[in-house]
Amino acid sequence: MIPTIPLLRSGSIYRSLDVQSIVTVGGEEEVARITMANSGLIRRDLLDFQSGREALQKFTANELLDITLAAGEIFLKDDLPVGDEGQMQSPEDYLQSLAATSGLPHALIRMNMKRLHGVFAQVPTIFKGLSRGLSPEVLDGGHCVQDGVRLSFVPTTDCLGVILPSNSPAVNALWIPSLAMKTPVVLKPGREEPWTPWRVIQAFIKAGAPAEAFSFYPAGHDGSAAIIRRCGRVMLFGGDDTVSQYQNDPTIEVHGAGRSKILLGEDEIDNWRAHLDLIVSSVSANSGRSCINASCVVVPRHADEIADALADALLPMTARAQDDPEATLSGFANPKMAEWINGAIEDGLDEAGVRDISLEKRGGAKRYVQRDSMHYMLPTITRCESIEHPLGNTEFLFPYASVIEMPQCQMLGAIGNSLAVAAISSDTEWIASLVEADHIERLNIGAMATNHIEWDQPHEGNLFEFLYRRRSIQVA
Amino acid sequence: MTADEARSQLDKRLAEILDWHFSEATGCPFWLDWKSKSGWDPRQEIKSFDDIHRFDHFQDEWLRDEKNERFVPKGMQGRPFNVFETGGTTGLPKQRVGWDDYKHDYEMFSATLSEEHFPMGANWIMVGPTGPRRLRLAVEHLAQFRGGSCYHIDLDPRWVKKLIVRKQIDEVERYQRHVIDQAVEIMKHRDIGCMFTTPKLLEGIGERISIPGAGIRGVFCGGTTMTPQAVRFWVEEVLEGNTRLVPTYGNTLMGLAASRPLDETYSVTYYAPQPRAVLRVVDPKDTAVTMPYGEFGRVELTTLTKEFFMPRFLERDEAIRREPIEDYPWDGVGDVRPFGAMEKKVVEGVY
Repeated sequence: MIPTIPLLRSGSIYRSLDVQSIVTVGGEEEVARITMANSGLIRRDLLDFQSGREALQKFTANELLDITLAAGEIFLKDDLPVGDEGQMQSPEDYLQSLAATSGLPHALIRMNMKRLHGVFAQVPTIFKGLSRGLSPEVLDGGHCVQDGVRLSFVPTTDCLGVILPSNSPAVNALWIPSLAMKTPVVLKPGREEPWTPWRVIQAFIKAGAPAEAFSFYPAGHDGSAAIIRRCGRVMLFGGDDTVSQYQNDPTIEVHGAGRSKILLGEDEIDNWRAHLDLIVSSVSANSGRSCINASCVVVPRHADEIADALADALLPMTARAQDDPEATLSGFANPKMAEWINGAIEDGLDEAGVRDISLEKRGGAKRYVQRDSMHYMLPTITRCESIEHPLGNTEFLFPYASVIEMPQCQMLGAIGNSLAVAAISSDTEWIASLVEADHIERLNIGAMATNHIEWDQPHEGNLFEFLYRRRSIQVA
Repeated sequence: MTADEARSQLDKRLAEILDWHFSEATGCPFWLDWKSKSGWDPRQEIKSFDDIHRFDHFQDEWLRDEKNERFVPKGMQGRPFNVFETGGTTGLPKQRVGWDDYKHDYEMFSATLSEEHFPMGANWIMVGPTGPRRLRLAVEHLAQFRGGSCYHIDLDPRWVKKLIVRKQIDEVERYQRHVIDQAVEIMKHRDIGCMFTTPKLLEGIGERISIPGAGIRGVFCGGTTMTPQAVRFWVEEVLEGNTRLVPTYGNTLMGLAASRPLDETYSVTYYAPQPRAVLRVVDPKDTAVTMPYGEFGRVELTTLTKEFFMPRFLERDEAIRREPIEDYPWDGVGDVRPFGAMEKKVVEGVY
């Protein structure tokens, strides 16, 4: 039987009359039905979200951390309810469903499952990192004394709203820690990807989390708008337009283009071949879809050779069958997305000062290919003469990077806002200047990929600081 | 009335209206000029409503570009007319002249309202577009026809539309709050039993106060798309299962289409106030063709009154063609939504 995925209204199942089909990529086969929330219903629910917070307040933060740890194992290994009619979904069913509607390769889904499991499993470390070493008890009694200092944190919101995309299951990692921070979640899943947030919720509930802490509203744009307008804190994903729309709104955290970069220092550049693997990984891991994938490699010399070697290394990354264990390139279910990206690259290539090295390596074979109803962009390495070139400092949802040559002393001033920077160098003076740079969000120093994550380091924004603010407290 | 009887009633009405509007003694300059330019006389050639396709679609620009006096039938001369404007949901406002049509339409509609939920003598509140709109006078007439008085809270949908286009959503919310504040004050302090409002305002009012708790027993609501899910939400939650919801579909050009009683599907089907107005669901690619029952098509309106003749006006809505029912033995239009709603974004504003 085809599952029907209902709404969750503070944990209560509600089946909307607006039922839509989720079909296989490029096909007509119905995989599931999803019931959609009307915006008025969401707005009304969000008038009072105290029950979710009160349900979480009955637990200590340490208990919620333990529940999160258990939920991670359940997410990875257990059969969990899917829909509201008693059907169960094994981890393999989850993989198959997600693959069918998103077109993601099985290997990448497995990788993302492990990554999500990693977030569950590392949540105590993540909490510590986000809170700068605070004990979780600080959230239990309103205030506590730690290292001789009385501390109190007040929640900034009754709930965390998250507008999720359809093309990246791993982004669910961003909201998972909020439960341990006693903050209920209001999730709007992407149209083709209800699977992951639903399964994460079910794993939490099976692990003992109160169902009231979870609201799940498949909805259209008006539903997203209701969540954005009514939740005290909202996380959403979008491009530069969305980022600029909300950049002055402290209640909204937009995860946009990362424009992450690899910078090779003067002291390491002649040793570039030793770092090629980490450059390849930075560009291509998770099919280049993450904001911490490198989209620009800046070097003081050897740019032509590096671009050549990088393009060579990425040549085997081609469109393969979804269940091919070697498949690492994700396609797009929506051809418009691939067409738009390809068009943007072609427009850039029409400008002087750039060469498509990958195109040359493929003997002129096209970048945009189709297979099994999916639309793929083959990895593309460009050699740009300047970072100012339209293709020099940009980012696309596939393995893309420009290689740019400039003196080390100019790099910091030229790179612009960069989510992750891997600075491969031991030059302490240069590293010190990078450490002080406000436009670098995450700095990986030494031979480390841009997508290398240490769990105690906030990824993008700081969830704890987003959900809590410190307040002064004095107790007689 | 049977479907056949309804059909002959419509054909008879059509003949009367054509006689009125295309006769030199009673017709208006606009249609008399049209007749002389077109080279045919509808009175001679249109024998039944099946022949209505002899007319091309009525163009809404005519209601913008022509002087209102050109639509005044000679048969109405000597009586000053009301000027009513359309909502202005999209584009420039259109105007139509009128005298008593709104009274007739709302008196017909009144007959469909139950005493239990719209008691005679109860006061009304109208929260929605007033100003130059027919609705303002119509709702007040409805209240008075039923023996009550009507309070009004204005909402200017054109201003809201501008704010939305400019993406000034904060300002939209402030304006909406301003409207709802006024409505809530009156509902708290005056004895009111019935309400007209738009869906979004209904939701907004319901977020502030209990509508049944404020003594409202019946709400008649119109203005925009009403999906089954939204209707269910209003019935079960906003109106708390106590206040009766009566969805309507109407505009300045047609009058008011009542809906059949809601069932468990919450799908709303409207029936035009035939024979005063006729709604057809037509194939957008060939508007002479009526869609099969159960299929979506574009809504086409023909208005047939002595005050206003408007053949085959293509509404900016699409709907499912629905079967006649006992109370309304002619075609209905169901699940109305903006035309092309599945393909493009339409600014519907606070309606």
